[in-house]
Amino acid sequence: MSTRLRWRKFVSGLMLTLTGVCALVAVSVLFFILGYLVYHGGRSINWDFFTKLPAPVGESGGGMANAIVGSAKLLLLASLLGVPIGFLGAIYLAEFSGSRVAFVVRYAADLLNGVPSIVIGIFAYALVVLPFKHFSTLAGGFALGLMMIPITLRGTEDFLLAVPRALREAAMALGASKWKTIATVIVPAAYRGILTAVLLAFARVAGETAPLLFTALGNRFWSPGWNQPTASLPVAIFNYAVAPYEDWHRQAWAGGLVLLALILVINIVARAILARGVAVPRA
Amino acid sequence: MAATTTVPSASPISGSRSFLRRLCDGDEIARLITFLFAASVVLVTLLLILELWHSSALARHKFGLQFFFTRVWDPIAEQFGALPFIYGTLVTATTALVLAVPLGIGAAIFLAELAPARLSDGLEFFIDLLAAVPSVIYGLLGMFIVVPLMRDYVQPGLKNTMGFLPLFSGPAYGVGFLTAGIVLAIMVIPYIISVSREVLMSVPRDQREAALSLGATRWESTWKVVVPFARTGILGSIFLALARALGETMAVTRVIGNTPTISASLLSPGYSIAAVIANEFTEATGDLHLQALIELGLVLFLLTFLLNGLARLLIVVTSQRGGGTALA
Repeated sequence: MSTRLRWRKFVSGLMLTLTGVCALVAVSVLFFILGYLVYHGGRSINWDFFTKLPAPVGESGGGMANAIVGSAKLLLLASLLGVPIGFLGAIYLAEFSGSRVAFVVRYAADLLNGVPSIVIGIFAYALVVLPFKHFSTLAGGFALGLMMIPITLRGTEDFLLAVPRALREAAMALGASKWKTIATVIVPAAYRGILTAVLLAFARVAGETAPLLFTALGNRFWSPGWNQPTASLPVAIFNYAVAPYEDWHRQAWAGGLVLLALILVINIVARAILARGVAVPRA
Repeated sequence: MAATTTVPSASPISGSRSFLRRLCDGDEIARLITFLFAASVVLVTLLLILELWHSSALARHKFGLQFFFTRVWDPIAEQFGALPFIYGTLVTATTALVLAVPLGIGAAIFLAELAPARLSDGLEFFIDLLAAVPSVIYGLLGMFIVVPLMRDYVQPGLKNTMGFLPLFSGPAYGVGFLTAGIVLAIMVIPYIISVSREVLMSVPRDQREAALSLGATRWESTWKVVVPFARTGILGSIFLALARALGETMAVTRVIGNTPTISASLLSPGYSIAAVIANEFTEATGDLHLQALIELGLVLFLLTFLLNGLARLLIVVTSQRGGGTALA
């Protein structure tokens, strides 16, 4: 009897230790990734990386200035498309719609959210690249914007619904119309949460490569205007990594470090905003 | 469950006048504008499905169901079969799950059951960050760390110890199904941990206490009571991870080897649906080639659609069951 008890206690201790080991392994992977990137990227990053165009093939040096600007343009377009649709759509869901319409919209958003990013790329290719007969910044921004919509929408909706009912009723009791209540009471009350949702959506698409492969394509020079193929940071990293030149690998690591730093900083800021928030749920 | 607080509007005696008044208030305008934006989400999603269906018509008509059972992929001869890609996608995703599920659920159990709240929340924060790392960076790490490691140590090691199994036969290239599976596993573990932890923590406290009071050890209460209670939710997290793994492009493209082969060996290089689209789409040699690639995209879409639906259903079912009686 007591051997059996000892055995059970032994198993308990062993398995619980093992779960601890699992957690340790999973978390140490993050530190390993961060450490490796910082080590390799940090060694190869320099001022040229931010200010120079890629050097001609075969020469060393140069940078990714065009890719950084290209990414910024793409993300600007994506935000212009994704944030208004996500935000206003969420207001409709949370404040105006009946439950049946809301179900359909939510379902569509979740569906869109689950679409593999490469398939989004195909869609943007068929819808924007083919009619314009151009790989372009526009097409890339469209693809990324599509990916921002569902994340912004569902996040914003959650935070709008979390605004206490008493606030709405108080505003309406004072005679405010519904849209006035929304604009002056509900949205300000939920703004931290909404900002978090938008930032997380932004961070998510900032690192996306697959939808850009056949929409924005890539470019070794500056891309004037919006209707030309453009370089972007993720695609540049992707292409440089397989190049046969040591110097290009170096730049891929530097690009990876810049991209990861950007995304992690946005994530941390988003969470910090939320942590200081008021009556809002955890995302 | 939209928490609508519709204040009963003026009685519908003069319907048109009250509509006009509401229009002047701006309510109807706001309603209309936001409705248009919400409707555009549905429209875009429908358009996406239609476009994929429509743009692959040529390939669908030419190959029919044969598309899924042919293993030849020859753009020159215009022969397109999806079998090697579907096989590669499923094999890499399965390998990833075999590696990631035990590790992820183990870690989730630790975080939910054992770790003090502060440590658990802190680690969860790091795991969420891990989930945010873009896939192109995993591709970079996969290429420069995992592939050489596999080629020089892991694959020869596997061949020496278990080489008699067909699973580990053939030359060690470094790239291949196993390497892609490992990289995918690293990518999906954060999702499994995050969702499973959430589900485990929503298991009511009395379940644990009842088991402990009956004399169960801590592990027995966890494994025989808490985990079964959260079973469906955990399953949901696994499906979610599977959907991610199937659709993943950039990291897999760099480590799978990009050869359309079907081989029993995990060490063999292969190809996945997402990888072939990424590699060949801009260089498609003709309409049929392009449409065959789009049809592959359609297949991928349907696969992830089904898995995501299943995952969400399972998570909802669990959280409803757990939520009703939750005290903790």
